[in-house]
Amino acid sequence: MTPRLELRSITKRYPGIVANDDISLSIMPGEIHAVLGENGAGKSTLMKIIYGAVQADAGEILCDGKPIPAHTPAVSRALGIEMVYQHFALFESVTVVENIALSVAGSFDLAGLSRQISELSNRYGMPIDPQRRVHDLSVGERQRVEIVRCLLQTPKLLILDEPTSVLTPQAVQKLFGTLRQLAAEGCSILYISHKLDEVQALCDSATVLRNGRVTGTARPKETSAHELARLMVGAELPEMHMSPAIPGEKPVLSVAALSASPADTYGVDLKDISLSVHGGEIVGLAGVSGNGQAELIALLSGERTLRRSETIRIDGKPVGHLNASERRKLGLAFVPEERLGRGAVPTHALWENAVLTAHRAGLTRHGLVDRSRASNFAKGIIERFKVKANGPQSTAQSLSGGNLQKFIVGREIELAPKLFLVAQPTWGVDVGAAAFIRQTIIDLSRAGAAVLVISEELDELFEICDRLYVICQGQVSQSLARSRTSREEVGLMMTRTERSERGEISMGRDAIALQN
Amino acid sequence: MRVAAPIIATVLTLIVGSILFAVLGYDPLATLSAFFLAPLNSINGLSELLLKASPLILIACGLAVGFRANVWNIGAEGQLVIGAIAACGVGLFYPDPESRLLLPFMMLAGALAGMAWAAIPAFLRTRMSTNEILVTLMLTYIATLFLSWLVHGPWRDPAGFNYPQTALLPATAMFEPFDYSYRLNGSVFITVVAVFAMWLFTDRSFLGYKMSVSGAAPLAARYAGFAESSAVWIGLLAGGAAAGIAGMAELSGPLGQLSPQISPGYGFAAIIVAFIGRLNAFGIVLGGLLMSLLFLGGESVQMTLGLSASLTRIFQGILLFLLLAADFFIFYRLRRIPEHA
Repeated sequence: MTPRLELRSITKRYPGIVANDDISLSIMPGEIHAVLGENGAGKSTLMKIIYGAVQADAGEILCDGKPIPAHTPAVSRALGIEMVYQHFALFESVTVVENIALSVAGSFDLAGLSRQISELSNRYGMPIDPQRRVHDLSVGERQRVEIVRCLLQTPKLLILDEPTSVLTPQAVQKLFGTLRQLAAEGCSILYISHKLDEVQALCDSATVLRNGRVTGTARPKETSAHELARLMVGAELPEMHMSPAIPGEKPVLSVAALSASPADTYGVDLKDISLSVHGGEIVGLAGVSGNGQAELIALLSGERTLRRSETIRIDGKPVGHLNASERRKLGLAFVPEERLGRGAVPTHALWENAVLTAHRAGLTRHGLVDRSRASNFAKGIIERFKVKANGPQSTAQSLSGGNLQKFIVGREIELAPKLFLVAQPTWGVDVGAAAFIRQTIIDLSRAGAAVLVISEELDELFEICDRLYVICQGQVSQSLARSRTSREEVGLMMTRTERSERGEISMGRDAIALQN
Repeated sequence: MRVAAPIIATVLTLIVGSILFAVLGYDPLATLSAFFLAPLNSINGLSELLLKASPLILIACGLAVGFRANVWNIGAEGQLVIGAIAACGVGLFYPDPESRLLLPFMMLAGALAGMAWAAIPAFLRTRMSTNEILVTLMLTYIATLFLSWLVHGPWRDPAGFNYPQTALLPATAMFEPFDYSYRLNGSVFITVVAVFAMWLFTDRSFLGYKMSVSGAAPLAARYAGFAESSAVWIGLLAGGAAAGIAGMAELSGPLGQLSPQISPGYGFAAIIVAFIGRLNAFGIVLGGLLMSLLFLGGESVQMTLGLSASLTRIFQGILLFLLLAADFFIFYRLRRIPEHA
């Protein structure tokens, strides 16, 4: 049988690095093939080359045995190659069918398209109402829209880039069901991930990348997770050291009966939130994205302020009315979810980005920025956190997402905070660096800091947190001791409904109807 | 490449200008030489070049402080006018016209008045989220009409044959020229100080750093807790102070009295200067000299070849347009895309 897709010795160089070096792989019709690798291993570049968004410097790509001429995304789509991106490109204020119509060539027949969408989505067990507006949809449902958009083109090869990073465990199972059904019908699936358990559960074969090269191929179902991890990381993963928490008596951060309406139209109302974090412990906030985390974080960090100052206290001191800088004076440090443009200024050099929050660590003198100290400070972070960068002079936007994350986490931890807020600490960071960041967070807390981790990755929260809260529809649950709860319980609380087979909530109509 | 953009734009302006002259029926080379070389052929020409470059550079330095933080003060012309009015008021009505403090007081009055005029849009933007582009621009018209009312009405010189102008300022209210054959005077040193202060502020100071964060990434500024309102205030007040002082220096330099028209559009041309100079202190010096040369060249071809005075404005427009275009094409590339992409 001819492979559906075959890569022969694909090589792609960027100034300074070889992103893909002599990569070959082939996928049969109906095969689910994983591309496993850490961040920066070259997965994204390879996918862009397959999709035609980037041209390889050397090597060839064959589709059904024939080389692809003048490879562009349009050509790929004509050949039946479709891609579901990690970040969705949907217009929030219009309906599902209108969103999909925008990407379908030909006449604008909304009624016909709606019928097709309903029919297709039901057939693959992921029902969507084409008339709903996208801002009403949960993340899982939005992903379905993207997948249905691809399926409408009856693809022969579907590429999914880290599709489960925002899904609950139940929604992941649902997605896997759909993918297996698709594969059974002959569609090949290229599944990009760094999560070993998922690859083992879903994929028939895997190609493992490290530093732009193929380090091995495997049948994931027959290979141990340990072996796959070794191929990915190239070394044994460090063991995590976590001594039992000895929480301080009084909370460092306490939030009492916090309610707030969102700053923007599609935000989430926060309702009567109470939580506390003590020094010496790590507390997690679990939840499917879009349930009020963004709103809560902005209020905790001081990016948004409250009129009622006593709602939020740091060390007992009311801080609700203080801005981010004033709260930082009290010992707060914060790593936001968005790195570029929020945690760092894209066009500024790393040393300038060090000044952004670390100016209080002696990087200014007489009102002037002390460039050499800032530069040394940045250099220190680059070394300690193994940030891949050409030194303090490189701009923030020239770093890969994972490396910039390491830099920002490093900068904030270097400030020796009393209270550390961190959102998605290891999102997009490679396995080795993620382990390092987690260990650093644990060490920070065991040295007495109060740490609040906001993450969508349950595995991560269960790995490092002493206690958990769950946020859903703007409400925060009671505190759960990690030792006395389970992923399943938290997964259900993240959706707050008993509809486990749906595996996710809708933030829109039916959820509200259910509450009433 | 970012540094090359102003040079490319300047060269293209010369080419487009030549075409323009040729179409108008003039020999392009002779005209260009009358435009760009003739003004520099004499000491007087050089004196005039610096005299005109000085307010341009001074104002551009002030404006660039705001522009770097995405605070768009388009009303420097109005702030200049108000600054000149306030300085003139002090010069005319100060009880002791022999005082050596008169000139410093006038400068202070000019700066404060310019800042007060710029404070209006700053207040409106920080309190009511109005757009400072519109407010500063509209305040320019109010300022120029206010000036017109003053010189036609209450401040008109009783001994001035009904001309719409104020009385001449006393000698103590004037900057002394370096040489009475030429108009250049000591106020250029104000500009030199301003250039250095602007460099220090934007390039080295922590406050300037905060402002550049506000401009480049507003969310990062909020993340770090840098107040947006202080960036707006500082940006507008710096521009207002610079323009106010420039207005005072014009009054106490070449003008000596107020009339309905006191500026050939320095406040607007300074916006172009700030951008040609890449919002950088030393770039602004070069930009100011170039723009000053455009003013002089316009006058020169008007006198020697009888070309219209509007030509200067056209040249300014072409230069800014080509500069923005050059910038755009350095960061983006035109590409044909297939029909069904």
